[in-house]
Amino acid sequence: MRFYELIRFAGGAIVANPMRSALTSLGVVIGVAAVVMMTSIGAGAQQRVAGAISGLGTNLVIVTPNFQRAGAVSQGAGFGQTLKDSDATAISKEVDGVAAVAPVVRGQVQLAAEGTNWNTSIQGVTPDYLTARDLSIAEGRMFDDREARQGRKVLVVGQTVARQLWGDADPIGKRVRVRNVPFDVIGELASKGQSGFGQDQDDVVLAPLPAVRSRVIGRRLRADSVQNIYVKAAAEDDIDRVQEDVTNVLRDQHRIRAGEDDDFQTQNMASILAASQAALSTFTTLLAAVAAVSLVVGGVGIMNIMLVAVTERTREIGLRMAVGAKRSDILTQFSLEAITLSLAGGLIGLAFGVLGAIGVARLGSWPAAVPPWAGPLALVFSVIVGLVFGAYPSWRAARLDPIEALRRE
Amino acid sequence: MAMIEVRGLSKIYHMGEEEVVALGGVDLALERGEHVSVTGPSGSGKSTLMNILGGLDRPTSGEYRFDGEDIAHFTDDELAEFRRRRIGFVFQSFQLLPRLSALQNVELPMIYAGLSAGQRRERAAQLLERVGLGTRKGYRPTQLSGGQQQRVAIARALANNPELLLADEPTGALDSQTGRDVLALFRELNREGLTVMVVTHDPAIAAQARRRIAFLDGLIVEDKVTEPVA
Repeated sequence: MRFYELIRFAGGAIVANPMRSALTSLGVVIGVAAVVMMTSIGAGAQQRVAGAISGLGTNLVIVTPNFQRAGAVSQGAGFGQTLKDSDATAISKEVDGVAAVAPVVRGQVQLAAEGTNWNTSIQGVTPDYLTARDLSIAEGRMFDDREARQGRKVLVVGQTVARQLWGDADPIGKRVRVRNVPFDVIGELASKGQSGFGQDQDDVVLAPLPAVRSRVIGRRLRADSVQNIYVKAAAEDDIDRVQEDVTNVLRDQHRIRAGEDDDFQTQNMASILAASQAALSTFTTLLAAVAAVSLVVGGVGIMNIMLVAVTERTREIGLRMAVGAKRSDILTQFSLEAITLSLAGGLIGLAFGVLGAIGVARLGSWPAAVPPWAGPLALVFSVIVGLVFGAYPSWRAARLDPIEALRRE
Repeated sequence: MAMIEVRGLSKIYHMGEEEVVALGGVDLALERGEHVSVTGPSGSGKSTLMNILGGLDRPTSGEYRFDGEDIAHFTDDELAEFRRRRIGFVFQSFQLLPRLSALQNVELPMIYAGLSAGQRRERAAQLLERVGLGTRKGYRPTQLSGGQQQRVAIARALANNPELLLADEPTGALDSQTGRDVLALFRELNREGLTVMVVTHDPAIAAQARRRIAFLDGLIVEDKVTEPVA
């Protein structure tokens, strides 16, 4: 008995009832399409978040103040003023393998030029900030360390800001009023485009840290406080050690005794990336598992129709046995029928799933990321579904008594 | 040695508490080339004998040898091969597969024998010519008359060159003229050397065989050889 002939028998039975076969496969179509779509959307989300986080630089450690107790009232993370200029200095002096240490304060301001104005984010930084955040100057220059220390009223503007205030004109040498204090534009940043989180990274101005702290933010911040310190490790695989050293230096600086909690937090971009990827991956698996339930439902549909087919074709089974079919031939014939139904559903479902993933990607400006293993996986799964749910009906067919089967009306 | 040797063959069915004796210890020998009819009222055991001789069923006890082989103790797979190689079945209700053409129905046993598509088609066409249906090869069973359907079934029974043709009430679903034609075909096949056994409750049909066996209550009550009445 040739395998090919059994496939023909199975195919013939499926083609003989096209509508029924199509409806039977529909469950698997939906199941496979759902699984493929879910894994693709999950993989797309992972890519996108990975892009967003590595856009910040994976060898970056970000230090933020932790909550402070003011009497009995705890403030949330990031609201304290526990970080100081001296902390940044200490880190750059005491921690090895550091490419840049950049303390930052930031605020939202209205910039006023001749006749126009624009609301943007102002960052009070040191020249190291460019290195820490992978920024570069397109025109003009960055302020130097001395200008930064002195708090000179100079600005380096992002491209969006320059365009909003002066159109196509060269911004270098222009004068801008920030809270009525005049600042001179000395440089323009190269464009960084949108961040992975959808923010315009060019809608920003940089100014020397002391100038921003005293002129822009004012009394809300103590005279030597900073909001963040960015520490960039020279080598990516050194990031954990740098983070640890930064923590130790700051505990020392803040005179935190062993056993006491830190009054700051350090976040390592690489570990944030890993954690978010792990979370998304769990989420994707969960979604796929839910989708897989519909695959099981599809399998039950196949089992149901195969049981009907075995009952309908009892006499055929008896006749096949009478002319010499072995039980294994009958078993194989009906199993192949179930697998063919399921596999056809799987192929169609795969096509719908890929199209669906691309459609969702288009609608949600989400990267379409059909994982390369989605195709083989969908097919293997649909074969398994056919095999598992076809097993019982096929076994019933093969166990029939030929005499009774032939007698059946 | 006879082709078929049966000794003390019995078949007992259990229906709940009750035991039904379908065959009560039958002895029988069949030579190659014989034409045998088996008659008896329904429930007399004639169909049970046919099922056991054809390898569709196993006896409860007793011996069944076909060319010396111990058929009574064959496994399911061995029985399937035995049916495929040595037996041709003809049923009262034809048992053609409705989805297949006449030609494809005749090809079916050859598929299980592993013949190539070309070999099958050629032999099936020859067999359909042989039973007088050369012009009906592509017809579906529903497009054929009862007599034609039974001829297709006979062609199918001959597909793998059987040694024994077993026919269970082969004319039961046919009118008397087509019935006679089918029986004439059996006689012709028998003259060419095929061993034929026809099971029937109709004495007129039984009379057409050279050897007539009568069953009653699971036992052979008559076994005689006469010149057949055509």
